[in-house]
Amino acid sequence: MREKSEGLFYNVDWLTVTIYLLLMMMGWFNIYSAVYDPVKSDVFNMERLESKQLLFAVLSILLAFSILIIDASFFTVSAYALYGGVVLLNLLVLVAGTEIKGSHSWFKVGGFTFQPGEFAKWATALALAKFMSGVNPANLKKSVWTALGILGLPMAIIMVLQDETGVALVFSAFTIVLYREGIIQGWWLLVGLGIVLCVVLGIKYQDNFVYYAGSVVAIGIASLLFIRRRFKNILIVLFGVVFFIGALFAGPKVLEKMPEHQAGRIKVWLGLPVSQAIEDRYGYNTRQSMIAIGSGGAMGKGYLEGTQTKFRFVPEQETDFIFCTVGEEWGFAGSALVVLLYTILIVRLVFMAERQRSDFTRIYGYAVAAVLFFHLVINVGMTIGIIPVIGIPLPFFSYGGSSLISFTILVFIFVKLDSQRLLVLR
Amino acid sequence: MNQESRKFFIAGFALLVAVLYVVRLFYVQIVDDKYKLDARNQAFLYVTDYPPRGAIYDRNGKLLVYNQVAYDLMVVPRDLKNCDTAGLCKILNITIEDFKSRLKRLSGSLDFARQDYRSHIFESQMLPELNARIQERLYKFDGFYVQSRTVRKYPTPIAAHLLGYIGEVDDRITRKDKYYKSGDYIGKSGIEKGYEEYLRGKKGVQIKMRDVHNNIKGSFKNGLYDTASVPGLSLMSTLDADLQLYVEQLLQNKIGGLAAIDPTTGEILALVTSPTYDPNLLVGRDFPKNYSMLLQDTLGRPLFNRALQAMYPPGSTFKLMNSLIGLQEGTLTPQTTYGCARGFPLLGGKPKCHPHGSPTDLEGAIATSCNSYFSYVYKAIIDNNKVTRDTKDGYERWRQYVLSFGVGEKLGTDLPFDAKGIVPTSKYYDKVFGKNAWKALTLSGVGLGIGQGELSVTPLQMCNIVCAIANRGHFYTPHIIRSVGKDPKPLPQWAIKHQTMVTNKQHFEAVVQGMSSVMTAGTGRGVNVPELDMCGKTGTAQNPHGDDHSVFVCFAPRNNPKICVAVLVENAGYGSAWAAPIASLTIERYLTGKTNRPEMEKNMMEGDLIHKHPAGKKQTTH
Repeated sequence: MREKSEGLFYNVDWLTVTIYLLLMMMGWFNIYSAVYDPVKSDVFNMERLESKQLLFAVLSILLAFSILIIDASFFTVSAYALYGGVVLLNLLVLVAGTEIKGSHSWFKVGGFTFQPGEFAKWATALALAKFMSGVNPANLKKSVWTALGILGLPMAIIMVLQDETGVALVFSAFTIVLYREGIIQGWWLLVGLGIVLCVVLGIKYQDNFVYYAGSVVAIGIASLLFIRRRFKNILIVLFGVVFFIGALFAGPKVLEKMPEHQAGRIKVWLGLPVSQAIEDRYGYNTRQSMIAIGSGGAMGKGYLEGTQTKFRFVPEQETDFIFCTVGEEWGFAGSALVVLLYTILIVRLVFMAERQRSDFTRIYGYAVAAVLFFHLVINVGMTIGIIPVIGIPLPFFSYGGSSLISFTILVFIFVKLDSQRLLVLR
Repeated sequence: MNQESRKFFIAGFALLVAVLYVVRLFYVQIVDDKYKLDARNQAFLYVTDYPPRGAIYDRNGKLLVYNQVAYDLMVVPRDLKNCDTAGLCKILNITIEDFKSRLKRLSGSLDFARQDYRSHIFESQMLPELNARIQERLYKFDGFYVQSRTVRKYPTPIAAHLLGYIGEVDDRITRKDKYYKSGDYIGKSGIEKGYEEYLRGKKGVQIKMRDVHNNIKGSFKNGLYDTASVPGLSLMSTLDADLQLYVEQLLQNKIGGLAAIDPTTGEILALVTSPTYDPNLLVGRDFPKNYSMLLQDTLGRPLFNRALQAMYPPGSTFKLMNSLIGLQEGTLTPQTTYGCARGFPLLGGKPKCHPHGSPTDLEGAIATSCNSYFSYVYKAIIDNNKVTRDTKDGYERWRQYVLSFGVGEKLGTDLPFDAKGIVPTSKYYDKVFGKNAWKALTLSGVGLGIGQGELSVTPLQMCNIVCAIANRGHFYTPHIIRSVGKDPKPLPQWAIKHQTMVTNKQHFEAVVQGMSSVMTAGTGRGVNVPELDMCGKTGTAQNPHGDDHSVFVCFAPRNNPKICVAVLVENAGYGSAWAAPIASLTIERYLTGKTNRPEMEKNMMEGDLIHKHPAGKKQTTH
């Protein structure tokens, strides 16, 4: 339903749009530098990545306009349809897709490739918002399995069938949305984190189980002192203690079951003793990326002056490791600014989500914030050695049309929904 | 819990992570320098441009040392992956195990070698022929490159100790001095060490950038930080190459040293130690082998520069010094006479003396080298009641005179490792004889009047004393380098005139008169060349290590002296036997350019005191 006189940009959140444009512009300049060649660099040569990315940026802006033109109700109405379509697309790619780097997750159209897994992020966000906004608060707890199913379906397809672990892991970010909506409780997240921590500790300190097992028991006893000592509570604590110790012991087994490249990355990340060959193969990326970032110093080496990135010491420097170019050429000033801009954007999105009268918009907004946050944490974290190497792009920065366009869609659907926050109660 | 309040947890968590990441970035980019170093090692190739080392010339412009090109085979261990190791080993004539152990030594461990980006010298100082064979197939030896260096070359094999040698710098120096990097050469002795900073020039460096495949991608910032090398400065030495060679021949097969100095400037004309060695031995790849060979000669000790570093009792030549001090103190006049009873009467004939006319005046005593006379002279100096309070005071006063002639302390010459000599302090005698339990006679008894006792000087110091006498009271610091670079002006420090404490020229004339008599009528008459107007003094230095050392000091001409010489031949007996002829020939050669005494010359050159040691004789001191 069209309202009286509002224009295209009526009630658009300009801070979000500005940061979006800023990040995309900075990203493009850094891609230009990452693939820089004094002879071949050319903004208008479609063989070159910098000009392809420029095209993607123009397309993204056009797409953003289109989304602002479309009535917001389109997204609420067709949320499930879009979700279903994207899930089908992700299945279709298994048979109709082109194999790139060993995975069947890409469509090839003309000179361009396109990864439907990226689209699943906003489609799943829409479906989740649609479902959860319709749940009767009385049935909140029962709806958890459906909600998990909505995000688990594309996750499973992408992880298991397409073998794109990095892309699939992004869906776990939606648990933040479930937490905000009260579908899952805080302690679920704590337990989840605890399990991950126990598995990691189990892998790292295989020989020192006894200390960690002891710590778990101690935490268990301590929590017994604080809870009301009813039989049920004591039972839960006992169960928890056994569970966490189990996770500790499971750690090395989990590692064994992992594919070689994942196990290798995790071993190198945890600093476990590995053969020189493993170190060279799986430690190389992180080492080179940290050298590039670390050598940037306070103010960086200057635009187009990076030696580590320009001379291709850093692999995947225009895509997953684009942050290295920022760190090397712009130094701490540049890299901290980028982290700061993302953080402002994420906090702004949370703020915008909270100002909605519509449950749908709020849930969708949280999904957008969660996805961006997850990408930031994983991508930047891996370049500075905090997180093992997981191949996901830095939103708006990394080279690639699929990711830039789907992040644009993801953000601008929310900008559109938010712009109508005063008009409707969805 | 209120659901809405969860927004604070969520936003707070995002902020917490952001802060954590910014802190981490701060640490990696600003606090920790490790990554900057790694980046430089990976992306930069530092190509050192070694300047040619300065040449050294003798006083007549004759070349003493110059450079020849040699090649170092350099290795970057990280880049060895596709190297034809077997082929290289074959050319270098080493086994694969040798290859691995060298790599291990250079990188620390074979594991580390895989990521070692530094350049190391794998094989140093290859001659052009070997280099050519390697260059031919260098494209197969990934990780290796050849860098040209210069090594020293000596057209005439003389003055090995003066010129010194260069060698790879050791860790102690690379840690202290940032200019030197492991593998660089540095002067280790002689002029090479003393003038290292002039000779070495300044290394240049080109910073090249390379990509991950080790392809050179041009200069860093277009060469903004590159520096050009500056060639080393050449040195003009004071050495007379002809004289040096001549004296080296005279001293061959003898152990000892000779110093010849131009007294008007302090320029060292010749400084010879024997046995010596061919300086070309300590060059290039054979350096270690030859060096250890020279080290193993423990009898001749050819690496030891006796003229500069060996400390000998001066023997009777020191009587000149005591004469001068006595005259200056007023305890001696040229007319003073003392008797001799085949020895010093006051101590029952000790030290002993040889038969000669008695009593004598000063001139006669110098000419005959009377031991008794100078024991009296010495006692009188120490017991100079007019000015000294006690024996100790008298001794210290005497000691100051001796020090003023450049003995007992470093002369300040430009050759490294020179010895100080010994003039004991009064504390020393307090220790030996007990506090205040020694008198002037005690010291005459140990032989301080006749250049024995604990007195020790180097041949160079001995010669410097002669210079002071020839100049009638002053000397210039003996030195081997006159000027540096293109500027022919002598270095300013050599113009400083050192006045001795004997200030009255009359006193010198009296002593010089005695030295002249030595040549015309005394112990040196056998080697006199009348037309050269020589003045000399023999010495026969007793020493605890064996037969007496043969010593001779002299200068010529008597008025307006041009050369001073001091010679010491170890365990060769009388000063007149070996040292005097050698000194006399040296002066003749220098002043006239030739020698007219072929038989004496032949005897000296062919005399072999090392392999056929002369039968030891018990002598008195001359």
